[in-house]
Amino acid sequence: MSETVGAVRLLSLGDAAWTVEFGDRIDPGLFSRVRGFAAALEQARDEWRNGVVTETPLPGIVDVVPTFRSLTVFFDPHLCNGETLGKTLLQLAETTGNVPVAGRRWKIPVCFESEFAPDLDELAETKGLSRDEVIALMTETEFQVYMIGFMPGFPYMGGLPEILGIPRLSSPRKAVPARSLAIAGEMCAIYPWESPGGWRLLGRTPLPMFVAAEAESPSLLASGDRVNWEAIGRARFLEMEQEALAGHLDRFAFLLDEEE
Amino acid sequence: MLGVIEVIDGGIGNTIQDSGRTGFRHIGLAVSGYLDAYLARCANALAGNPDSANCACVEIRAVGPRLLIREGPVRLALAGEISASLYRNDDEARKIRAWRSFTAFPEDEIEFDYLPGGSSYLAVRGGIDSPVQLGSRSTYQHALIGGIDGRQIMTGNLLPCATTVDPAEPEKSASTIWSYNRAAPVRVVLGPQDELFQKETIAQLETASYRVTPQIDRMGMRLEGPELMHVLPSAADIVSDCVTPGAIQVPGDGQPIILLADCQTVGGYPKIATVIRADLPRLGQCHPEEMLRFQPVGLPRARLAFLEMETRWSVWARGMTRAEAIR
Repeated sequence: MSETVGAVRLLSLGDAAWTVEFGDRIDPGLFSRVRGFAAALEQARDEWRNGVVTETPLPGIVDVVPTFRSLTVFFDPHLCNGETLGKTLLQLAETTGNVPVAGRRWKIPVCFESEFAPDLDELAETKGLSRDEVIALMTETEFQVYMIGFMPGFPYMGGLPEILGIPRLSSPRKAVPARSLAIAGEMCAIYPWESPGGWRLLGRTPLPMFVAAEAESPSLLASGDRVNWEAIGRARFLEMEQEALAGHLDRFAFLLDEEE
Repeated sequence: MLGVIEVIDGGIGNTIQDSGRTGFRHIGLAVSGYLDAYLARCANALAGNPDSANCACVEIRAVGPRLLIREGPVRLALAGEISASLYRNDDEARKIRAWRSFTAFPEDEIEFDYLPGGSSYLAVRGGIDSPVQLGSRSTYQHALIGGIDGRQIMTGNLLPCATTVDPAEPEKSASTIWSYNRAAPVRVVLGPQDELFQKETIAQLETASYRVTPQIDRMGMRLEGPELMHVLPSAADIVSDCVTPGAIQVPGDGQPIILLADCQTVGGYPKIATVIRADLPRLGQCHPEEMLRFQPVGLPRARLAFLEMETRWSVWARGMTRAEAIR
């Protein structure tokens, strides 16, 4: 069941969610449309919550999930009529423009030493680069978080320099260590938890990606954030890892000011 | 005294669940919650918990736990294809059947019988008072949150009960067993990627039967049956978008996977259709080898189906009667 208007499509994800789709590719332009729609929806919901009379009544929304190319709105059918909400969402999506990715900027420490980076040497060799050149490419690039998914706090980040593009391992690892910095295809990510996985591991961060106890902000990163890596040595890594385990590491200390 | 139940054998696959955790899907957190919400609501109602309280209970999936009442009394109720034995002092075991409440006292032990499959629920009066994390007590093992330390219930766990119990208060019994018409098709809304499937395949979804394989867990279940054909082989992989419990994703082999409560929030397989909310709880009762058929419906029909189920449940709840205490 779908309704198409212009480039925006309204798709049913069951009877309690709508996916508003802007396209079918991973593309910064499409993503900025997702961002634009997300911002407009947030503003409309704020106005509605604050009692401002608007033409877009938005009760009953329980989750809003941005992806590379779409935004899914989950609602409670007890509290709203799905068909009316769908029309409202489509109308809003058609009238909102692009919003460039301008979320929070982070500088996240990563240790690229061999014990944390089992695939770094092979990647460098395959690409005819030195180990240090790969690290330089990674640390000189600003990555952008498209979406969080696959597992809690797992950021799908775009911006990987083309030369570093590489397919997944043909045989996934049984256990990727938690907090591994990984690349696959044109994407970069950090595994928040130990899990099976086929991405190539280039380093590890001491920062926890998902802390349930921080109820306001359990996931370090959010869709739209921008991320820079800062290379740190093994000693500093271990020290920060200990601080994090003891709960003494302030995750927000790694936010960059806008002018930096 | 507030009840405390000690797990003296955790069994297999048993988790603390409530109605789930919404509001965090944008950071990759599954909703979790009861697989069969109607059955969990039955257990809670029998234990004397108001429906609106969404009390946490134990979802029993494979091998039931063995429990010892440490402090009490506690009021308990079972719903599902499940029964248990109650050991009190050195007396002979008392048989505990589902669909009624009973009161257990300190030193009582409860042992569950063999489970044929599906999901069953053990509710306690007041609900299990394990810590609320991110708005819910539901266990989600992949992020180690909810339940007790984010895991299945394990030997040595203590399950605290949220309210005290007056044993003189009458026990409750259901006048009918809550069940689903397993011969009826599972109703779905087509999409979001039905356009990536051949027209004949959409028609086939309505006529063919799919066998439930043994590959079932809280994240999803794999089905087997006539191949569902994508328009092109390349359509079997899409740029990941949002998924939800009930979504029927079809990878390149054409065999459907229905996602369940602990599923990821995004996925890269196209979804031919999504099970409507009215029929989602029923999937929590699927056994391997069971055959499923599907029926596409529109949103108005889905809404009516939901109201019908809610009404059916209210009628069931009003049918509860007093029961004799088990002494």
